[in-house]
Amino acid sequence: MGKIFETPLYPYRRSPDQDRPAPARHAAIVVGAGPVGLAAAIDCALNDIPVVVLDENDKVSFGSRAICFAKRPLEILDRLGCGAPVVDKGVQWRHGKVFFRDRQVYEFDLLPERGHKRPAFINLQQYWFEHYLVERLKALAAEGKPIEIRGGNRVVSVRPGGDHVALDVVTPDGPYAIEAEWLIACDGALSPIRAMLGLDFVGRVFEDNFLIADVVMEADFPTERWFWFDPPFNPGQSALLHRQPDNLWRIDLQLGWNVDKEQEKSPERVIPRLKAMLGEEVDFELEWVSIYTFQCRRMEKFRHGRVLFAGDAAHQVSPFGARGANSGLQDADNLVWKLKLVRDRIAPESLLDSYDAERVAGADENLLNSSRATDFITPKSEVSRLFRDAALDLAARHTFARPLVNSGRLSVPCTYDGSPLNGPDADALPRRTRPGSPAPDAPLGSGWLLDRLGGRFQLLAIGAPAPDSLDVYGVPVETLRLDPNDDPSGALRERFLGGAPAALYLLRPDQHVAARWTAYDEGAVRAALLKTIGRT
Amino acid sequence: MALITTPNIVDPDDFYAELIALHQGRAKEESDAINARLVLLLANHIGDRRTLREAFEAAILQERTEP
Repeated sequence: MGKIFETPLYPYRRSPDQDRPAPARHAAIVVGAGPVGLAAAIDCALNDIPVVVLDENDKVSFGSRAICFAKRPLEILDRLGCGAPVVDKGVQWRHGKVFFRDRQVYEFDLLPERGHKRPAFINLQQYWFEHYLVERLKALAAEGKPIEIRGGNRVVSVRPGGDHVALDVVTPDGPYAIEAEWLIACDGALSPIRAMLGLDFVGRVFEDNFLIADVVMEADFPTERWFWFDPPFNPGQSALLHRQPDNLWRIDLQLGWNVDKEQEKSPERVIPRLKAMLGEEVDFELEWVSIYTFQCRRMEKFRHGRVLFAGDAAHQVSPFGARGANSGLQDADNLVWKLKLVRDRIAPESLLDSYDAERVAGADENLLNSSRATDFITPKSEVSRLFRDAALDLAARHTFARPLVNSGRLSVPCTYDGSPLNGPDADALPRRTRPGSPAPDAPLGSGWLLDRLGGRFQLLAIGAPAPDSLDVYGVPVETLRLDPNDDPSGALRERFLGGAPAALYLLRPDQHVAARWTAYDEGAVRAALLKTIGRT
Repeated sequence: MALITTPNIVDPDDFYAELIALHQGRAKEESDAINARLVLLLANHIGDRRTLREAFEAAILQERTEP
């Protein structure tokens, strides 16, 4: 049986668009069928925005690539209807160990907060992640949702027009022209769309190479994240070991800058390195090897008229902290509901500028965190190495130094503080659920809060009276009424009420808090809704 | 908590001798590592970010901007 990443999942098929005398115009075209493009397309379909995904390949990505998926993206997948298969297949972990030279410095437990449907992290090969998204896409298409994926379709030119974007696409049958009202570019760090439009992508290049290997082995290493600074098997460099499903282990070995990449990728070089790390006696099979160099950079703006950039096409970070795919999925989550309102002429086009404002802020947070981790892992000066080694030596004996050790600050959901869409806050309510934050989950009897939120505007009324629904400028706002005691564990109260007896939260379709109050005031809710759809 | 820049150590000569003795007979590399660990230990003891920033400024012989 072929491996999942060797099987064409969306082979090229001739589309009727290729035989039309004039280019067909689609509401939305997504370029790139990676995790971000697929998530954006599925969200479009769920919002009844007709969408076509174009990808030059016809199968999921080769090699494990993005492997750590954080809780927030898993919650987004739940909203998109494909969280369960991803979480069921993934490996959950919460423990980790940090080694310095030949000894363990400390071990940690992420101690995930209780009362969430989804775990803090799962490890899953990117190809499995994409596979489940493609399955979801196909299921939606089979239900009659307006979604289609075209493999073997490579975009070779982009021409933004006043009310559309024109594309030339090359296929095995030759070229054809197609148009999009809105183009969502999710075509990766090397984004051809970005290059064709001559747009900037500036930032910092890190002069380093990492060998990444997927190794199949029956090993008794625990399901933990192991990180080595300056280990005996890779002196002066770092190493990382992560477990994935199917007895697959992911190993990252830092190589330094001046290396012969082709030579380093050869099995004659890779196998001895892995044996030095895993032990001579361990039997393993090498499934995939790659070498990467990374940069920390972003586009100045993610919106360029009717072209919207998301994921690695818009921002690229170092891998430490799992902030690449995880942030790209939050891009898609942020974008599509806004596109829906603009397309339905309920919101002004300028609402899409808030996608730029909110996700640029998210990207900057990720760039800051991942650059800091990279600077700790690979000190850029003698004194920087001195302090890093001092922190590691002290961490073995004293807990105070452990928070200084930075092998990657793991992705946490972005809170859009200062967003132009945020409405009023209520001081009496807990800080974590302030406007701009994603609503945290809470157990509700046999179900979960987040399973009842998202996809539309909602008024979450906890212990407060509110009407069943409201219509604001053609936008329905549905009330979800809860009692503080609906969650006997107290999480709902702690996360949404604090010491207050009642609270009302206006929630966006992406489950982020738009505004909140301690008592219902229809005028205030209406004003906040108008603000969050960019009408004021 | 403002950074104390007036005399605050009891028996300063004894302290100074102990500090130098700590480095006695050690290679430069080892001394540098000890100093780095010392900075981190003392910084954690102080804890207050503002005081630490004042110490950074004092260490580069910068005039204090705030009274």
